[in-house]
Amino acid sequence: MNDPHLLSLTVNGAEHEVVVEPRRTLADVLRHDLRLTGTHVGCEHGVCGACTVLVDGAPTRACLVFAVQAEGADVRTVESLARDGELSDLQRAFGDHHALQCGFCTPGFLMLAEGVLAEQPDASREDIREALSANLCRCTGYQTIVDAVHATACSRRETERSGARPVDWESCS
Amino acid sequence: MKPAAFTYHRAHDVADAVGLLTDLAAAGEDPKIIAGGQSLMPMMTFRLSRPSALVDLGPLRRVPSMTAIDHDGHTLALGALVTHRAVETAKLPEGFAVLARAMRWVGHLPIRSRGTVAGSLVHGDATAEWCLLALLLDAVVVAEGPGGRREIPADQLFHGFYATAVDPDEVVVEVRFTRPAPHAALTEFARRHGDFAIVDAAVALDLDGSDVTGGRVVLGGVAPAPIRVPEAEAVLAAGGDARDDALVGAVADAAAAAIDPPDDPQTTATYRRRLTRTLVADACRQAAGTLQEPQP
Repeated sequence: MNDPHLLSLTVNGAEHEVVVEPRRTLADVLRHDLRLTGTHVGCEHGVCGACTVLVDGAPTRACLVFAVQAEGADVRTVESLARDGELSDLQRAFGDHHALQCGFCTPGFLMLAEGVLAEQPDASREDIREALSANLCRCTGYQTIVDAVHATACSRRETERSGARPVDWESCS
Repeated sequence: MKPAAFTYHRAHDVADAVGLLTDLAAAGEDPKIIAGGQSLMPMMTFRLSRPSALVDLGPLRRVPSMTAIDHDGHTLALGALVTHRAVETAKLPEGFAVLARAMRWVGHLPIRSRGTVAGSLVHGDATAEWCLLALLLDAVVVAEGPGGRREIPADQLFHGFYATAVDPDEVVVEVRFTRPAPHAALTEFARRHGDFAIVDAAVALDLDGSDVTGGRVVLGGVAPAPIRVPEAEAVLAAGGDARDDALVGAVADAAAAAIDPPDDPQTTATYRRRLTRTLVADACRQAAGTLQEPQP
């Protein structure tokens, strides 16, 4: 009983067609079928958030979605953040704030933050803490992750205000 | 772990879903509905649940009534695929605002963005916030089966231990909340933020100014199904001032005395009883406006 299904979905802007067994999770399709191993898999039951990706813009645990449910969906993974080898502002903020150590949880935190900041550009530090509580990190103690996301939110707001001139997080308070 | 194998069937409308459930069952399958999947998938990855077929309601998100939040002046109707997050961010009338405020207790943001109200009710976890809210606000679950539609009131919905009155060949199409509660609150305690509650409590006060004329007290985590506590509601019905600590204490004591909570080495019955007392008192004060609800 493997009941193969043809699945079409968009991942990081590229359309893909994959033949999958229904029990294959979106996380496993991303990693094994599409070889996008930036998405990490931790607990496989929705607790740790390491596998967080954006599905139609919303942060989603890729281990809690069967790939067949993502038919026609627009998925973004951590591989979508850097452009032409340049890390995104959010990724740079993670580095600058020591928001990662071993890095296993980082792709999940990045995609969670990316989704939250897109939906709530005016998120306060408390909003950010509440949203980031969805994911687990065993290295950092979380404060530095909150710092990094808060700084990114701040610099994006300042950039918006100043009219396209990028404002670095260092000049944000 | 990985879920056991199953066959996958996409439903294109409610009738299609009912037909698939009926046909699969007739063929000897053990079909189950998946909507948001945020409760079902963890159970499947642990292989606590091993349905041989899944009927996916996902495509029904295109049916406007399935994701609609409607208020007709008295009743709040939620389409079966309305997510927790949609309720959290909706502008709800005062009588139902407690629903939006309670959403902060439901899992975490990514879970709330996918998980559905109806799915949570049909899953029937004894600590699920929606199950308590259903009893608090007299929810009516509208289910469609091979014989047509029927309405199941919340007080007949929960059979305990994840069993509900919704039959295996029925699809929930709508959940209606029929009892507005402008003075209501839900609170809970879990060892980690976002985990399943050990105990949760919801209180709705009927107020005339600050005079209590009655109300509801609902508890989760103290019995196989969420329960109303008539002994505590009797204290509210006897009346008093909502701001009076003695009244709040009497309600909380009555609730703690009335229950027969489960007892296990990690969480003893005594502990659950103490949690119940604290949480009922907090919920009473939050409902009366004398205690601020924790900010997200």
